[in-house]
Amino acid sequence: MRKVLLATGLGAMAAMAAGSAVANDEVHRMTQNPAEWVMQAGDYANTRYSKLKQINASNVGKLQVAWTFSTGVLRGHEGGPLIVGNTMYVHTPFPNKVYALDLSNENKIIWMYEPKQDPNVIPVMCCDTVNRGLAYADGKIFLHQADDKLVALNSKNGNVEWTAVNGDPSKGQTGTSAPLVVKDKVLVGTSGGEFGVQCSMTAYNIKDGKQAWKAYSEGPDDQLLFDDKTTSLGKPVGKDSSLKTWEGDQWKIGGGCTWGWIAYDPSLDLVYYGSGNPSTWNPKQRPGDNKWSMTIFARNPETGVAKWVYQMTPHDEWDYDGVNEMILTDQSIDGKPRKLLTHFDRNGLGYTLDRTNGELLVAQKYDPKVNWTSGVDMNKSSPTYGRPKVVDEYSTDKQGEDHNNKGICPAALGSKDEQPAAYSPDTGLFYVPTNHVCMDYEPFKVSYTAGQPYVGATLSMYPPPGDTNMGNFIAWDNKTGKIVWSDKEQFSVWSGALATAGGVVFYGTLEGYLKAVDAKTGKELYKFKTPSGIIGNVTTYEHNGKQYIAILSGVGGWAGIGLAAGLTDPTAGLGAVGGYAALSNYTALGGTLTVFALPQ
Amino acid sequence: MRIICLLTAAAMLFAAGGIAFADGSGDPASVKKTDQGEYFDKQGNPTYKIQPDGTVDWYTYSGYRRYHSTCHVCHGPDGMGSSYAPALKNSLNTMSYGEFLSIVASGRKNVSTSQDNVMPAFGNNPNVTCYLDDIFVYLRARSDDALARVRPAKHEDKTPAYVKAEDSCMAAKH
Repeated sequence: MRKVLLATGLGAMAAMAAGSAVANDEVHRMTQNPAEWVMQAGDYANTRYSKLKQINASNVGKLQVAWTFSTGVLRGHEGGPLIVGNTMYVHTPFPNKVYALDLSNENKIIWMYEPKQDPNVIPVMCCDTVNRGLAYADGKIFLHQADDKLVALNSKNGNVEWTAVNGDPSKGQTGTSAPLVVKDKVLVGTSGGEFGVQCSMTAYNIKDGKQAWKAYSEGPDDQLLFDDKTTSLGKPVGKDSSLKTWEGDQWKIGGGCTWGWIAYDPSLDLVYYGSGNPSTWNPKQRPGDNKWSMTIFARNPETGVAKWVYQMTPHDEWDYDGVNEMILTDQSIDGKPRKLLTHFDRNGLGYTLDRTNGELLVAQKYDPKVNWTSGVDMNKSSPTYGRPKVVDEYSTDKQGEDHNNKGICPAALGSKDEQPAAYSPDTGLFYVPTNHVCMDYEPFKVSYTAGQPYVGATLSMYPPPGDTNMGNFIAWDNKTGKIVWSDKEQFSVWSGALATAGGVVFYGTLEGYLKAVDAKTGKELYKFKTPSGIIGNVTTYEHNGKQYIAILSGVGGWAGIGLAAGLTDPTAGLGAVGGYAALSNYTALGGTLTVFALPQ
Repeated sequence: MRIICLLTAAAMLFAAGGIAFADGSGDPASVKKTDQGEYFDKQGNPTYKIQPDGTVDWYTYSGYRRYHSTCHVCHGPDGMGSSYAPALKNSLNTMSYGEFLSIVASGRKNVSTSQDNVMPAFGNNPNVTCYLDDIFVYLRARSDDALARVRPAKHEDKTPAYVKAEDSCMAAKH
C-alpha cells in the first residue's frame, strides 16, 4: 500500500513539475491499476470494467457490508466515489459537499468541503439537485457545482485552488455532470435543456482554471468549433450546418445540453460526448432538424474542433436527449478489428459506430417495445441515410399541438437515461440498465422567459401495455444489435452498472437493492437492501489486498420525481388511484455510501 | 403533525357552519360561471365543475395540461408529490386561493440544515401567470378527490372569451 501512495505522490509531483500532458499520463496510468478508481467510469473508454476478481460468481453470494457512511444530504445521489491511493472522495447533491475519507485510518474524514451557493439554483435544476461525481488529476479534485461553477480543490486538504464560472444559473444554466480530465485540460458540460439554454462543452486548463475553448451544440460555425473537415456520416457538414436547421434565432435558446458523460481515446486523441434535447419540448415551435442537438460529437481535446458528428434524433419530438455515455471498445467485426463506439440512446436505439470516422455500423432497438421508429436507414446511397424513420402515429409533430399522442414508447425518460452501462472484455457484452416505460405526450405553445422552465408539453407515463415491470437489466451484443439476456425489474434501473473480471455484474435498483448477477446468464447471485433507493453507480477498489464494492444510495433524480407517487394508469376509470407500484412505498430520501466485501 | 392540523381544521369547519365539504379555500361548490368558462364558488374563489359523466370544465382541463408542463417536473405527476417537492394535492387541503397565488408568484424557500426546498418565483413566466386559475382549479379538484389521477377524458369547450384573454396575456410583456 505504501508503494501505491509513494507512486501517486511522485506522479503528482512530476505532473506539477512538467505540467501539461503529464497529468493525463498520470491519470491514464492510474486507471490501469484496478486497486484505484480515479474517474467516474473507471477508465477513459467508459467501460466501467474492473480487473479485480477476488469477488467472483462463486463467492459473491457471501458478500457482506464492510462499512457505511452517511453523506448528511437527502437529495438524489448519482455518480459514485473516487478512490485515489488511500483516499476515497465522496460527493453529494446540492449543497455539493465533498468528503475525503482515509481508507487506511478507519475511513476518518480527512477534510470536508462545502461551497456557498445561492439556494435559488435549486429550482432551476430540472429533475432534482443531482451531481454525477468528481474528477481527479494533478493533485486536484474537480467539482462541478450546481451553480455551474467548476472548482479545483487541493486533494490533500480540500483548499480551493481555483474557480471557473461556466454558466449563469439565473438563465437556467446549472451543473450536474462529472468533469473529465484530458491531458492538461478539464472538460465540463452544462445542464438547462428545459430552460432554453444554448448549451456547450467547455475545456479549462487544470493548472489555473483558464478557459481553453468552448464549443456550443448549436449556432454559427465559430461557436460550434466546426471547420471544413468536420464530417457527418462520412461527408463534410459544410457551412452553417446548424443555423440552416433552425428558424430565425431559435438556436439561441436551443438547448442541446451536455449533461452526460465524456469519453476519451488517447490513440485517436478524440473526446466523445452527446448533446441533449432541443428546446422546447413542443416540436411545432421549432421547425427544422435542430442541429446539433441529439448528436454524438467527436472533438479534438486541444482545440475543441469537431472531427465528426452524428445526429441520432433530428428534430426531436419526445425529449430523447443524446447525452448517454459513449463506450469505446476495440472489437472485431467480420474478422476485421474495429475501433468502436457503443451508445445506448434515450430514443431506445443501441448504436455502434466506427469511432475513427463516425461511420454507422449498427442501430437496433434495445427494448423490443420501442415504437416511435421503424428503424434507421442504413442504406449509404439513400438521401435519408442514418435517419430514423418516424412512425406517423407517434410523431408528436405530425399529430400537432394540443393533440394527446398516446402510447409512445419509450417515455421521455428514454429506454435508458444517464445511468451508465458497463462492458466486459471477458464476455464481449454490454450490461445496460434500462427503463421500460411508455407515455402519452401532448405538445403545446409556450413562451420563453430567461431562467424559467421552457417545456411546452404535457406527458403521462406508464409501463408498456401488457407489462407491469418498469425496468430491465439487459446484456447486449453491440456487433449484432441483439439482447442476449434480460432481467425484469419492478422499477426503472437508474443505477450505473459495474462489470468485473470475477464474472459478476453489479447494479442498484430504485427500491434500494444492490444486486450481483452472473455476467454470462444474468442469474441473480446476491442482493442487499441499502438504506434508500439507488440512482448512483457501482464502484470497486482494492485496499490492503481486499476487494470492495461501493455504492451511493439516496433516491431522487428524475426517477424520484416521476416514480415516487407511482405512474398514472391510463386505463384507470374515474375514482381509481394509480394502478402501478409507487416508489414511495419502498424507500425514502437519504444519502448513504455502503461498502461491501467478502467476510474475513 | 400535518394529520393533526388537518383534522383540527376539518373539525373547525364542520363545527362552524355545518359545511359538508371544504378545502383550503372553503366550500368548492360552484355558484357562478363566466363567459371565459370559469366557475366560482360562493366565496368568489375559482373552482371546478365536473359533470356526473366526467366532463370537466375548461379550466380544470387546461390546468391539468399546464400543471404537467411546468409544475410536475418538481411536484410529481397528478399533484402527488415527489422525492423533490411536496404533493400539492395535499397542500391545497389547507392552502387558500390567495396563498396559492402569492406562493406561485413570489416563490418560497425552506432552507435549513435538514432540508433545502426552494420554489422559484413564477411571477414573470407567462406559461404560469396566464394560467394561474387553471392550475389552481385543477389542483383544487385533485385535493378534493373530485378528479382522479387521470387525464380528464371529456371537457367543456374553450370559449372565444378565453381564447381572447389567453392570447392577450401570452402576448403581453411580463
